[in-house]
Amino acid sequence: MSTYDPNVAPKVSNKPIIWSLFAAGGTVTALLTPVLVLLFALAVPLGILPAEMFSYARMESLLASPLIRLVVFGILFLSLWHTAHRMRITVHDFGLRSDGAAVFVFYGLAAIATIVLAVALI
Amino acid sequence: MSTKTSILPVVGSHHRTLEVEVLRYDPDKDDKPYYQTYQVPCEEEWVILDVINYIKDNLDRTLSYRWSCHMAVCGSCGMMVNGEPTLTCASFVRDMPAKIRVEPLENFPVARDLIVDMDSFVEKLSSVKPYIIAADERTVEDGTFTQLPAQLADYMSYTHCINCLLCYAACPQVNLNEGFVGPAALALAHRYNLDSRDKGRSVREDVVASNAGIWECSFVGACSEVCPKHVDPAAAIQQIKIAATGDYFINFLMPWKKSKNTDEASSGGGK
Repeated sequence: MSTYDPNVAPKVSNKPIIWSLFAAGGTVTALLTPVLVLLFALAVPLGILPAEMFSYARMESLLASPLIRLVVFGILFLSLWHTAHRMRITVHDFGLRSDGAAVFVFYGLAAIATIVLAVALI
Repeated sequence: MSTKTSILPVVGSHHRTLEVEVLRYDPDKDDKPYYQTYQVPCEEEWVILDVINYIKDNLDRTLSYRWSCHMAVCGSCGMMVNGEPTLTCASFVRDMPAKIRVEPLENFPVARDLIVDMDSFVEKLSSVKPYIIAADERTVEDGTFTQLPAQLADYMSYTHCINCLLCYAACPQVNLNEGFVGPAALALAHRYNLDSRDKGRSVREDVVASNAGIWECSFVGACSEVCPKHVDPAAAIQQIKIAATGDYFINFLMPWKKSKNTDEASSGGGK
């Protein structure tokens, strides 16, 4: 939380670092989540697409390509940091005013998950 | 289906009686605010401001409030009506329940009755430098700026703000942090940033792109919902966030460009 004070020269914020990840993650999630829901929650259970299309072996062979792994990492990385920042804002909107703790917990979790992802995929 | 022969409303017809609960507060006399109830005989075509005026003229001359134009132009009659930030001259009695509660705008200190102290807002408004900052000094001999209709259209909708403060009363972030520069001031900063004659975005960013500026906004969007002039401050703030993020990284990666203006992209390709 920051306050505008006419007697103090304000400083340009460094929020763009996290906000750019938040915005990019939001866009990616908004575009891809409906596709995933359509594929895995509707198309496969309703038999429109065969379940074998998404078999473990097929998915694994797909991930054999470094390019695909990079794309998957990018999508998950952005979604993670979007979620972390969204949770920070949500906590703030609910009136819990310990922003430092929210940053530590949510960004910390996102950072750990990023490392795990990087090790697993790259 | 109507039995009326005229399409005009029947002027002067007593429509119904409205029970109006008004917040009263005189800092010189009252320890704390209290509610006073008035029974107001309303006419079909009345707006809430007419109800308040009726109370002032006929029932209680001590009631204090601001108003001027009665046509949604001056922006002085904003009040909370049943908890909603409302421009009372643009809100009809016929759309209201039988009992209404009128209070001064939320998120501002009450000066007296329905009048709020808006000094903090005026300070915030001037802090974003809401005027054209040209690239270089312009003399009378240089003549006027030229601007294409398309360049005018870029920022036109953001010029419609009447400083009625409804967006500040509606904004949960203003409520949580009174230091937040707020919707109307940021929308006006955006209006000048988008103006092809203006080159002042980087100057405004000191305040606009600070933590107390756009970054305090969590895009709830209540400002745009209550705006009587459809200014859409929420969209303005999101657009500034994108521009400010670009500027931030450009300044970070190319620090030697810092002193230069970086608003070419949004200026509508002027000259």
